[in-house]
Amino acid sequence: MSEKPSIEELEAKADLLRCHAIRMTTEAGSGHPSSSLSAAEVTAALYFGGYLNVDPANPTMPERDRFILSKGHACPILYAAMAERGYFPVEDLMTLRKLGSPIEGHPNLRRLPGIEASTGSLGQGLSIGVGQALGCRMDGHANRVFVVIGDGEMGEGQVWEAIATAAKYKLGNLTAIIDQNGYQQTGSTKTVLDQTPFADRIAPFGWHTQTINGNSMAEVVSALDAAVAVTDQPTMIVAETKKGAGIIPILEELGDSNLHGQPLKPEWAEKAIALLQS
Amino acid sequence: MALGELSGLPMGEATRDAFGRALEELGATYPNVVTVDGDVGNSTRTEWFANAFPERGFNVGIAESNMVSVAGGLASCGKTPVVASFAAFLLCNAFDQIRMSVAFPRLNVKLVGTHAGISIGEDGPSQMGVEDVALACSLADTVVMVTSDGASTRAATKAMLEHDGPTYLRCGRPKVPVIYDGDVPFTIGKANTVREGGDVAIVANGLMVATSLDAAALLAKEGIEARVLDMHTAKPIDEEAVAKAAEETGAIVVAEEHLAAGGLGAIVASTVVRTKPVPMAFVNLGDSYAESGDPDGLLEKYGLTAEAVAAAVRGVKG
Ligand SMILES: Cc1ncc(C[n+]2csc(CCOP(=O)(O)OP(=O)(O)O)c2C)c(N)n1
Ligand SMILES: [Mg+2]
Repeated sequence: MSEKPSIEELEAKADLLRCHAIRMTTEAGSGHPSSSLSAAEVTAALYFGGYLNVDPANPTMPERDRFILSKGHACPILYAAMAERGYFPVEDLMTLRKLGSPIEGHPNLRRLPGIEASTGSLGQGLSIGVGQALGCRMDGHANRVFVVIGDGEMGEGQVWEAIATAAKYKLGNLTAIIDQNGYQQTGSTKTVLDQTPFADRIAPFGWHTQTINGNSMAEVVSALDAAVAVTDQPTMIVAETKKGAGIIPILEELGDSNLHGQPLKPEWAEKAIALLQS
Repeated sequence: MALGELSGLPMGEATRDAFGRALEELGATYPNVVTVDGDVGNSTRTEWFANAFPERGFNVGIAESNMVSVAGGLASCGKTPVVASFAAFLLCNAFDQIRMSVAFPRLNVKLVGTHAGISIGEDGPSQMGVEDVALACSLADTVVMVTSDGASTRAATKAMLEHDGPTYLRCGRPKVPVIYDGDVPFTIGKANTVREGGDVAIVANGLMVATSLDAAALLAKEGIEARVLDMHTAKPIDEEAVAKAAEETGAIVVAEEHLAAGGLGAIVASTVVRTKPVPMAFVNLGDSYAESGDPDGLLEKYGLTAEAVAAAVRGVKG
């Protein structure tokens, strides 16, 4: 991309993606809007802030950057970004989870060009990213692999195995982002499985780490700038976020600050979108 | 047409709900029972037990392989751990742990996989357990059960707690028709004949029992009387019932919500070959993963319908 968009433009993009994610899950009658919303800034920055060198017209270009949504259930935010980036028409977003649509309940690389990994069974995305980073390095590409992981997902031992492997091979072309929204399916990560502080635990493996407010576009952008400048070790951005970020008052009114795996009823979706557009 | 409508079955509860309720009810009678959850207890319904007996419910987070080995440890201390997750994540993510921490040491761990099959619908193929029965049946000396309705799932839950040794129980997400009203005859390894008939035998499990009863209703109009066996235990298979059905009807169709390889069809076929070879046909998910969609639309598109079972019967009789 030529001109770097402003923080304000990227913030507007993030909220646009949020509106799509809410509309499409409400239309589908199922899905994970709150898990999507916490990752809106990170996803918008990657797809529209000049970090992801991809070409929707040539989705298998070998030297493209890779984006893996390891917490695959948050795919509405990814599909929204892909549509806005031009992979498929924005109208198609409303076919989410419908029979015949490649915009499935979880990302499926066999059906949707631009999806880099089939996810939905948590814990595997970072290992796939390690493999892609190794493969791209072997082929001499100057590209980067980005992986977004859930904080609950960090309970999977495989993620920690991947952290060790990435450090061993000094994968300077790998950037992972933990969407630390403080919740997982059955409750807060504090009550289910608390593994914070992530940065303090991951840095000793040999990773470059940063901890930021992941719902602040300015902080996301500067963290990504810092991450892509590192080329001799893998980089981890611990993004402290809120589940349902952007529509927190709605979650409060509904009395559920996790709202895991629940689409908004149409009247609540309208309220949420009005809030985002205000 | 809704499942069970052709055969006049009323809609009942989901098998995962029946499992969850039964476990909660049995908790007081079986003080050694504990649950080990991997952050999905509100989906598998083990949270009902864990809420009733908080000191006996453990949630290890999203960590299935750890969860299974923790259960093995609890079992080796005389507890009876019930370990539930989505069938796909339990069997596929933690298979070596199931082998080494449960089956090989023959520990008394009760594995329960919910959200089996394509009838989970919209969440899509990554969440659909369609290989779980094959994987579970490949484990030595492990009981594998796939129940068809609420009442039989409650009975299976009790039977699994009574059984000494590793078991796997497969449950589904959607509501399913009532196959049994009142008392369910339920013995591990003993099939239930849910419809008499002498022209063909349909051997089914899970929600395909209701589908097969619907198919039998269709076939009856054509003068074909189908026997329907609820083969709720895939392992050990009821060899006697299979041999008898082959002998008395001369043709067998196997119907299941699972990939073809290693499922009920394969198990029944090997039994038929050893006892009384007869023509057979199979209704299953073949050799491909499905997609996201509404459950009824998926069952239709992937050929798990009464019409598909009836067509298989016509083919095998033809
Ligand atoms: C291996 C595996 N186990 C369980 C699940 C079910 N599941 C889906 S989302 C989720 C919670 C995820 O929490 P987190 O990673 O924090 O993501 P969030 O939704 O908070 O963004 C669980 C347990 C799964 N998809 N995969
Ligand atoms: Mg989380």
